Amino acid sequence: MGTSYTPPTNPDWWREPIERTEIVWIVLAFAWCIFMFVWMISWHWIGNQNMRNEAYKTTPEKYSKHLEEQAAKYSVRKDAATGEDVIAPPPGSDVYLAGMQWQWRPILELQKGKTYRFHLSSLDVGHGFSLQPENINFQVYPGYEQVLNLTPNKSGQFSIACGEYCGGVNQLGHHTMLGRIYVKE
Amino acid sequence: MATTTMSDFRIDPVSGLKINRTANKLVQWNAFAAVVFLLVGGLFGLGVALTRMPSVQLLSPEWFYVALTAHGLINLAVWIIFFEMAVLYFLGAHVLGNRLATPRFAWAQFWLMLVGAALVAVAVLSGKSSVMMTSYPPLQAQPHFYLGLILFAVGALIGCFVFLGTLVVAKREKTYQGSLPLVVFGGVTATVIAIFTLVSGALILVPTFFWSIGLISHIDPMMYRVVWWAFGHSSQQINVVTHISIWYLIASLVFGAKPMSEKVSRFAFLLYILFLQLGSVHHLLSDPGLTSAWKIFNTSYMIYLAVLASMIHGLTVPGSIEVAQRRKGLDTGLFTWLRKAPWGNPIFSGMFLSLVGFGFIGGITGVVMSVEQINMIIHNTMYLPGHFHGTLVAGTTMAFMAVTYWLIPVVFQRKIALPGVAKLQPYVFSLGVWVFSIALMGAGTLGVQRRHADITFAGQPLAYEYPEIAKGLMDLGEIFAVIMAVGAIMFIVVVLASIFTGERIPEGSAPWPKVEDADVVAEKTGRKHIGVWGMEAPGTFVLALVLFVTIVLYYFINFKYLSTVWGMS
Repeated sequence: MGTSYTPPTNPDWWREPIERTEIVWIVLAFAWCIFMFVWMISWHWIGNQNMRNEAYKTTPEKYSKHLEEQAAKYSVRKDAATGEDVIAPPPGSDVYLAGMQWQWRPILELQKGKTYRFHLSSLDVGHGFSLQPENINFQVYPGYEQVLNLTPNKSGQFSIACGEYCGGVNQLGHHTMLGRIYVKE
Repeated sequence: MATTTMSDFRIDPVSGLKINRTANKLVQWNAFAAVVFLLVGGLFGLGVALTRMPSVQLLSPEWFYVALTAHGLINLAVWIIFFEMAVLYFLGAHVLGNRLATPRFAWAQFWLMLVGAALVAVAVLSGKSSVMMTSYPPLQAQPHFYLGLILFAVGALIGCFVFLGTLVVAKREKTYQGSLPLVVFGGVTATVIAIFTLVSGALILVPTFFWSIGLISHIDPMMYRVVWWAFGHSSQQINVVTHISIWYLIASLVFGAKPMSEKVSRFAFLLYILFLQLGSVHHLLSDPGLTSAWKIFNTSYMIYLAVLASMIHGLTVPGSIEVAQRRKGLDTGLFTWLRKAPWGNPIFSGMFLSLVGFGFIGGITGVVMSVEQINMIIHNTMYLPGHFHGTLVAGTTMAFMAVTYWLIPVVFQRKIALPGVAKLQPYVFSLGVWVFSIALMGAGTLGVQRRHADITFAGQPLAYEYPEIAKGLMDLGEIFAVIMAVGAIMFIVVVLASIFTGERIPEGSAPWPKVEDADVVAEKTGRKHIGVWGMEAPGTFVLALVLFVTIVLYYFINFKYLSTVWGMS
């Protein structure tokens, strides 16, 4: 007797035994919860895809300096589509990429199988780094410089879209924001 | 000291509840406002859907971002929180046969929320506050955008305290004996979470408002996100707790079911309070400057105990229905109880579709995407709107619609007009939102980014094209968004037609027949042992196992996919 919208008929309801269906399910569900917790931690050792979570405070001015120095050192050619410099830092070195309304710059060239210290920041508002078609996504903020070791495992042409709404005027805006990474064999 | 007389109350012929007239007015107005906002927000949503369909592209980018901001705020906050206020007052007053504490404050709640929502609407429609519902600085909206949100939140906070005060009144005036009914306990859970949520919202929106009028020079974007999500995510947990309470309510109303175990269900509600709040960190999984240890600890809700809570409710609600059905004689096979359920009754069908949609679409994907590493291949893609339409629309909104079909006769004293439309509505709406959600999640898995006015990157020198199948999925999803909109409009038409033209249920008319209590039937027929394998609800257990296997498979499929992308360390 009883319903969910009337007080429990048994005033000692906390002493009622729990029925088997519920007990078995709770044990099973709890075991899965523990497994997921352990697996998420384990992937930091057994998996190759983890965030480094290394980050520094910076400013758009400071970060722009890095971009300028990088451009001066490692420009290798002009991009066919835009005529801009393509920047190819050597494997193992620091690579700087910036989000700004509404593009990711510079255009980069990396080598397959090599690891780079990849820096990400924004020069204005919040953006979302979204590497396509790999579909790797990070938040990017002004004032924060995030670092992670990135190892391209495929060659070809990759695009960077913006995953965090960053404003829009006229026909320009968040949905037009793009960048590019070329990966050489 | 307010004194109440019998004329302040009426005995409702539909539910048998003793209903306070003042409390009833407040339930009516909050529920009515909710439905009006559902309509307004839904129309913006339709605009968003028709723009994102690559072949239609209805709105210009400016209007798209206006519509998206408006749709998010109105449907995610205004419709749902107005409805929750109605539910809280209903639980505290109607269910307990009680009056409402401080009705004047309750009216203040209503008007503050209304004025707040109107201010936000004015700001957004001016086109100068297209910052999305998340409003991340340094993007800046107009000051009255933030002010409106603050007023809305303060109104809701007042509503929470009115509810708590109402419980004190009930206890003191002894309108019920013993422990609170389970659904009211759920209401208390929702209120505790709501207070945490709304205070967090104030903590971040008040300084942001000062920043927008120039009193504060800088809002740190990362800090904003950390605090904002304590508001943004926890508010979704208010919805979860509220719609789960509604599931329990409907199981009792339609089947005469009682909770399988008061202890288990209440404990599961308690888990939400204890392990939810920090869970909002899963919105920050791909953010810089936070450590993995902090992310893992908080997103796993300390061993995923809040996930456990949802898995428990997901079993105990249908389980209680199965037990009731078996006690009433449908004790053969595994699923006879479910096959013979009243699928033509929108109160039940809406509730059950909400349960399945929330579990399979919203729930499974929510658990998987809030894994630290998996989040990197999902974060901010179209997968997100897919997921949260699974929780908020397939789950919460569907449950609210279902209970509305019961509330209209009780609260508005009108019969449901257009019962034929009402009967179909949960199916149309759920079909729309289920396919929409799944299609968007598919597109998101293939990389399509959310909040884009144009997913084709047309005219850009560094052009990128999503895979054809992703664009196809977007078209498919948005077609079903239109079907979802049709389902929502059917609901609104039924509600408005019933409230304004439905046949009146006069006071003092003969009580409506009550659903038989399953235990009473069992006693009469001498049916003692039900179910198989020593389980009273074996059919539900099998359904739960299907969910379990799906979640395990889906979890590992995502890790398999993750393992193929660029190395990151």
